[in-house]
Amino acid sequence: MPDPLPIPLLRVDNLVRRYGGITATDNLSMEVVPGELHAIIGPNGAGKTTLISQLTGQVMPNSGTIRFAGRDVTSLPSYKRSRLGLARSFQITSLLKDFSAIDNVALAAQAHDGHSFRFWGNARKEPRLREAARAALERVGLGKRADIVVSQLSHGEQRELELAVALATRPQLLLLDEPMAGLGVTESARMVALLKELRKEVTIVLVEHDMEAVFALADRITVLVYGRVIACDVPNAIRKHEEVKRAYLGEQHAVTRHG
Amino acid sequence: MKPKLNASNAVAALMCVALILLPVYSAATGNIFILTLFTRIVIFALAAASLNLIMGYGGMMSFGHAAYLGIGGYAVGILAAEGIGSGFIQWPVALVVSALFALLIGSLSLRTRGVYFIMITLAFAQMAYYVASALSRYGGDDGLTVYKRSDFAGLINLSDRNQFYYLCLACLFGGLYLIWRIVNSRFGLVVQGVRSNEQRMQAIGFHANRYRLVCFVIAGTICGLAGALLANNTDFVSPAVMYWTRSGDLMVMVILGGMGSLFGPVIGAIVYLLLEELLSQFTEFSGLILGPVLLLIVLFARGGIMGLLGRMRRA
Repeated sequence: MPDPLPIPLLRVDNLVRRYGGITATDNLSMEVVPGELHAIIGPNGAGKTTLISQLTGQVMPNSGTIRFAGRDVTSLPSYKRSRLGLARSFQITSLLKDFSAIDNVALAAQAHDGHSFRFWGNARKEPRLREAARAALERVGLGKRADIVVSQLSHGEQRELELAVALATRPQLLLLDEPMAGLGVTESARMVALLKELRKEVTIVLVEHDMEAVFALADRITVLVYGRVIACDVPNAIRKHEEVKRAYLGEQHAVTRHG
Repeated sequence: MKPKLNASNAVAALMCVALILLPVYSAATGNIFILTLFTRIVIFALAAASLNLIMGYGGMMSFGHAAYLGIGGYAVGILAAEGIGSGFIQWPVALVVSALFALLIGSLSLRTRGVYFIMITLAFAQMAYYVASALSRYGGDDGLTVYKRSDFAGLINLSDRNQFYYLCLACLFGGLYLIWRIVNSRFGLVVQGVRSNEQRMQAIGFHANRYRLVCFVIAGTICGLAGALLANNTDFVSPAVMYWTRSGDLMVMVILGGMGSLFGPVIGAIVYLLLEELLSQFTEFSGLILGPVLLLIVLFARGGIMGLLGRMRRA
């Protein structure tokens, strides 16, 4: 169980995001401490992806603040947050489809290796970028698929590649938006094993529908319903939480796991 | 990247050899017309190659690229009219003014995407067209005659047909080499990455628009060089070179030859201008044939002629 004392790596205060009449993020506050794997769960439409997008800067909140590593990043554009060490994977795979796997990862490494106003040398021959990319690909088990164009990779491989891209930016905090989405049983198991390895090195915020994975991995779980935090606690406490059971998990699930 | 032996590379290599040997053929057969025609083709190929940099590699559908042909041309023409005949002054001015114009319209138009980007680049080019038409001191609508070609202190004589052709060809090859280096560089990969998925590129830490803008300026500058060549070629510059149909011609050359292929715009310029020339001998309505040809290319050969050739290897 993580020590509740350390200064949070990420701190969200009173975040609000409205879309017309709908409040997707409703006065939301939460903290992520260094070293933990913090899962965010909630029924469909609970505003999980909207929250992640606000954390990484693709969506700007209407009000509230986001502090990352002691710095107010609320109004920073996404590319600047990435440079501070905030990386994300996308729920719907969002890669450079006409690039090879290794090009995707090498570009992520390049983004964090000074500016890219270098017009002459062949970037595909820079050992530093290529080696960093290869290492990240090996990490996620795609070492042998480095030269395959993304559109030729399987869905599972693309999910793994998403992770490699995020890793190559050498993040302090990794925001994973449903990394298991659309994966088969064996692929999911591989992803869980991979995340178990990664969590030793990097703080992770995990949005996921796969409850088995969430309860196996998470140090703490935040439950969102209609954009509001209804609970935030360790997995065992979440299982027993009455409001959570009602809103989300379903009685049967909670009972069988009660153990 | 290792050059692969396939149909498109073979055609590109053949094309280069043919372009280099063309003056020899012209001299042997006494066919001056073909040299004149190909000088023009080579200049347009350079302009199309520069458009390909932003359109094919960068995904920026600029519909105002001919503006730089006019700006480069007017820089030469106006300086010549004011008694400054040295190419060492005229050409750098042509490049710098083109770059500044690209910086101006790029920084405004790159805030938009898609159709709006097409329309705003078109609007800026049309503004340049009307400004040139209003320059009564420099011929206004009628255009400006360049009485003396750029003078390079005796190093090269632009009035000599062969020397001028080779100068244009050197500019084309130099431009292509530059573009080739750029697209494989760190910068080039970022620009192509932004074309492929802008949100992703932002998420991994790239300020996408900054790279797009620099790319836009490079392309405009290269096209400004083509404009300086064109004014010397025709000994004349008029607002017509900036008219939106000219920008359309450049786009057609790029699409016909193959967007995002290094030599695509060259083969596109050759095929397009040769077809135009040939068809105009038979009919006034060359567009009636060119139009459907383009339609077929767009419908059935996404990668243009180079794309078709590239696929032949696999077939």
